[in-house]
Amino acid sequence: MIESLLGHANTLLLLACCAGAVAGAALMLVLRQPMRVAMALIATMLFLGGIYGLLGMHFIAAFQVLIYVGAVMLFMVYVIMLLEVRESDGPRYSRLVIPGVASLLVLLFVLAASVWRPLPSPQGEIGDAGYGIAAFSIDFLGTYWLLFELTSVLLVAAVVAALAAIRVGREAAERRTNG
Amino acid sequence: MDRTQLLIGVAVALFSLGLVGVIVRRHVLVMLMCMELMLNGVNLSLVTFAQQTSTTVGAVLVFLIFVVATVEIALAIPIVLLLVRTKRTLDLGAYSDLKG
Repeated sequence: MIESLLGHANTLLLLACCAGAVAGAALMLVLRQPMRVAMALIATMLFLGGIYGLLGMHFIAAFQVLIYVGAVMLFMVYVIMLLEVRESDGPRYSRLVIPGVASLLVLLFVLAASVWRPLPSPQGEIGDAGYGIAAFSIDFLGTYWLLFELTSVLLVAAVVAALAAIRVGREAAERRTNG
Repeated sequence: MDRTQLLIGVAVALFSLGLVGVIVRRHVLVMLMCMELMLNGVNLSLVTFAQQTSTTVGAVLVFLIFVVATVEIALAIPIVLLLVRTKRTLDLGAYSDLKG
């Protein structure tokens, strides 16, 4: 009885997280101020973390919260505050709003038609991932070690490129100051 | 509709909404956030299939997408700051003179 109730609770939580994620994503298109858009995106990411946790992929849920919400979105919120982005009087949407919405409908139709075909039925119950972070780590550092190394190289390249971009901006500002 | 179809449907919705946001919004930072939303949709589909097939390759790909998203933001933000210093606005219409 209790186990069946818990199973239903998991399903309901999954449905709630899915609805929350889509609602947050839809709000991103509607809201005007960038800070509110960032908050909607953070809510979507947290709901997605809940979905990952409910699917049993707890380490990916932790990555989602730590990396996306804790690092990427925090950085974005800092930039919004730094630039003091205010609500502008200009148009919210570009001239491409009609083709954009039309392409959304076409894309949704095509993707929904492809998804609606019978997919392999899910194995196990909700929360049964089949492996944990130990198996993931062993595979990642063993089988996929080259990808791990390439990731490190990519991060180093990004740091160097960001420093170069900052230096270019600083030199341009100094040139403007000196005349 | 079973669980897999529900989750893939949500992933499709997130990706599509992010793509439309990139197309229709004029604010540079909002466009960046919509790109993140697209990556999140891709992540959800990968996690769904990784959980369904009990293989680690999907989780590895998700981890790589996390890194790519971080790198994207780390590179995009300094570029946005440079553009704002030049044009004093975040409206995409002001950057129509950019070539290439």
